Amino acid sequence: MTMTMRALLGATALCTAASVVSAQETTLTIATVNNGDMIRMQGLTEDFTEQHPEIALEWVTLEENVLRQRVTQDIATNGGQFDVMTIGTYEVPIWGQQGWLVPLDDMPEGYDADDILPAIAGGLTVDGTLYAAPFYGESSMVMYRTDLMEEAGLEMPDAPTWEFIKEAAAAMTDEEAEIYGICLRGKAGWGENMAFLTAMANSYGARWFDEEWNAQFDTEAWSNTLTDYLDIMTNYGPPGAANNGFNENLALFQQGKCGMWIDATVAASFVTNPDESEVADSVGFALAPDNGLGKRGNWLWAWSLAVPAGSDAPDAAKTFIAWATSKEYTELVAENEGWANVPPGTRTSLYENQEYLDAAPFAQMTLESIQAADPTNPAVDPVPYTGVQFVAIPEFAGIGTQVGQEFSAALAGQQSAEEALSNAQALTEDEMSAAGYN
Amino acid sequence: MATQHSRSAARLMMSPAVILLLGWMLVPLIMTLYFSFTDYRPVALPPTVAECCVGFENYVRFFTASAFMDSVWTTLIMVGGILAITVVGGILLAILLDQPMWGQGVVRILVIAPFFVMPTVSALVWKNMFMDPVNGLLTHLWEFFNATPINWLTDVPLFSIIMIVSWQWLPFATLILLTAIQSLDSEQLEAAEMDGAPAIKRFWYIILPHLARAITVVILIQTIFLLSIFAEIFVTTNGAFGTRTLTYLVYQRVLESQNVGLGSAGGILAVILANIVAIFLMRIVGKNLDA
Repeated sequence: MTMTMRALLGATALCTAASVVSAQETTLTIATVNNGDMIRMQGLTEDFTEQHPEIALEWVTLEENVLRQRVTQDIATNGGQFDVMTIGTYEVPIWGQQGWLVPLDDMPEGYDADDILPAIAGGLTVDGTLYAAPFYGESSMVMYRTDLMEEAGLEMPDAPTWEFIKEAAAAMTDEEAEIYGICLRGKAGWGENMAFLTAMANSYGARWFDEEWNAQFDTEAWSNTLTDYLDIMTNYGPPGAANNGFNENLALFQQGKCGMWIDATVAASFVTNPDESEVADSVGFALAPDNGLGKRGNWLWAWSLAVPAGSDAPDAAKTFIAWATSKEYTELVAENEGWANVPPGTRTSLYENQEYLDAAPFAQMTLESIQAADPTNPAVDPVPYTGVQFVAIPEFAGIGTQVGQEFSAALAGQQSAEEALSNAQALTEDEMSAAGYN
Repeated sequence: MATQHSRSAARLMMSPAVILLLGWMLVPLIMTLYFSFTDYRPVALPPTVAECCVGFENYVRFFTASAFMDSVWTTLIMVGGILAITVVGGILLAILLDQPMWGQGVVRILVIAPFFVMPTVSALVWKNMFMDPVNGLLTHLWEFFNATPINWLTDVPLFSIIMIVSWQWLPFATLILLTAIQSLDSEQLEAAEMDGAPAIKRFWYIILPHLARAITVVILIQTIFLLSIFAEIFVTTNGAFGTRTLTYLVYQRVLESQNVGLGSAGGILAVILANIVAIFLMRIVGKNLDA
C-alpha cells in the first residue's frame, strides 16, 4: 500500500469517525428504577434514537432505594451527573420548590400535557408549574378473592367501608388451611407500612400535622386508626406480618393465602397473571375502604421523569421525556407487548381506549382510585403539606421510617398502640423542632 | 545491619505508599470530622449546605437521643453473640474436621461455602426460605412436630440476625482454627493419651492453650468486621424491633433523614467507640499474641 493510499484511508476513517461524533453530539445520562415498565422502555429506545439520531442515550438502572439516594446526592450537591432522573411524587414538590428541577412548561410541540390525569399532575406541580412528567402512576385498592367471598356468603361492594372489610376478613380467615382474611403491609419504612397507614389514617380523619406543623399522633383519630389496624392484623392477618412489605404480601396473595390485600394498583396485573398467580382467575377489585368521612384510604404515586437544573442538555432531555411519556409511546408498547402491558395511570386518553379497557380488567378501578386521591388535600381536616401517603417535606423520609418502626413493633406485639403512638408523637416533635418547624 | 544511608533510602522508597495510604484514610476522616461540626442538611428547605460551625450541637443531639444507647447495646450484644457462637462452634467444627474421615475434602469445602455467599443474599435466603412464618422451612419443621411456629424475625429478631451472621462467619473461624489444630504436634497428644489423660483434659490442657493465639486472631478480625454489620439488618428487619446497631443508626441519620452533619457526628462517635473496643480487646486478649 502506498503512502498516499494510507493517508487517504486514514483521512476517510477520520471523517467517518467525525461524522459519527457530530451525528450524536448530545449524550443523555438517564437514571432510572429497575421496574418492569422502565426496563421495557430501555428495550424500545430504538424508536427514539431513530427519530433523533443526534441524541445518544446512556442508562443508569438502579434499585429503588439506591436510585433515590444516588439522585438525591447528585442533585443536592449539584453534581450534574444525570440529564434525566426518575423520581417519585415525594421528591418532585420538594425539589421543584428548591429550584432544582427544570420546569416542563415548554414541552415539544404535539405533547398533550392536558391529557395527564389531574390528580397525577397535581402531585407533580409546584405553584402551577409542572416539574416532572409521569411515566406511570398508581393508587391503592382492595384486591380480593372472589371465590372466598362467595364461600363466606358476602358480596364486595365497589366502595367498601372499613366495617365491611373487618367483617369480610373475619369471615374469610381459615388459619387451619393457611388462609388469612387480610394481608397488609407491616414492614417498617416510610414507603412500606407508613404508606398504607398514612392513607388509612386519612380515611379515619387523622393527619400527620395540623396547620402549625404540630404532630398529631396524640389525637383520637390516630388512636382509632392504629387500634383498628392492629386489631384486624392480629386477628385475621398472616403470622409475622410485621416483616411483610409489598413483595412479601404479593407472594402470599399469589399463593392464595390472603382473602384480601389492600395495596398498589400496579399489583393488579401481577395477581391476575396466570403464569405467576395461582388465583389469577378469581381476583376482584374494589376501591380502598372509607369511614364515611369523605376520604378513602388510597394513596397516589407516580414514577416520573424530570430534568435536574444542573443538566447541560435540558432541551434534549425534554425531547426524550416527551417521547417516553407520550401517547405514541403507549401505542408503541401496545404494538410490541400488548395493551395490558402499557404503563398505566397517567393519561385520560388511555382510559377512554376500549382496547385497553378490554385487555386490563382492573383499568376502571385503577382510574377511579387515582381520581379519588387528592395530594393537595389528603386529609379530612386541612393540612400544610402535599402528599397522600407521605408528607412532602425533606425530613419526612427519616421521621416516617422511625414512626413506622414504632408501629411495626406494636404489630409484633412488643408494645401497645398507646405506647407506639406516644413514642411516635415524641420523636416527630423532636425531629420537627430540630428541623426548625416549631 | 542497616546503615544510616540505607535506612533513609528505605524511607524515601516507602514514602509514596505511606502518603497514599494516609491520604486514603485521612481525607474521608477529616471531611467527616468537618461535617460533624456543621449544619449540613442538603435537602432541607432552604438547604443548609455545610454551614460551619455549630460546635458540638450534632454530637450532643446524637449522644442524647434515646436511640443512641439502645443502638450501642444492640451492637455489643450482636457482636458478643456472634463471637461466642462462631468461636465455640469453630473450635468444635475444627476438631471434627481434623479427624480422618471419608470425603474429607468435600466436607471441608461444604463447611467453608457459606463464607462465599454475599451477606445480602444469605440474609434474603434465611429470611424467605428458613424464617418465613408461613412458607419457611423452619415453620414446617415446627409444624411437623405439632409445635407452634416461631415468628423468628419479629419474636426473636436479634437472635435471628445473630444466627444469620454467625452462619456466615463460622467458616472463617473454623478455617483459622483448623489450621492451628493441624499445626499441633501429634506426639504431644499421643504422650498425654499414653499417660492416661482423658479426652476432655487433653482438649483443655493441650489443644485449647495451643489454639489461644488463633482464637485471638479470630476475635480481633471478626470484631472489626462485625462492628460495621449492616446488610443483614437492612434486608431482614430494616432496623425495627430493637435491631438498630450504631452503624444502622448512622445510615438512617445520613441517608434517610438526609442530615449529613448529625450522621457525621454519629460516624465519628462510632469510630471512637470502635477504637475503645479495639484497645480493650488488644489489652485483654491481644497479650496472647506476644507469647
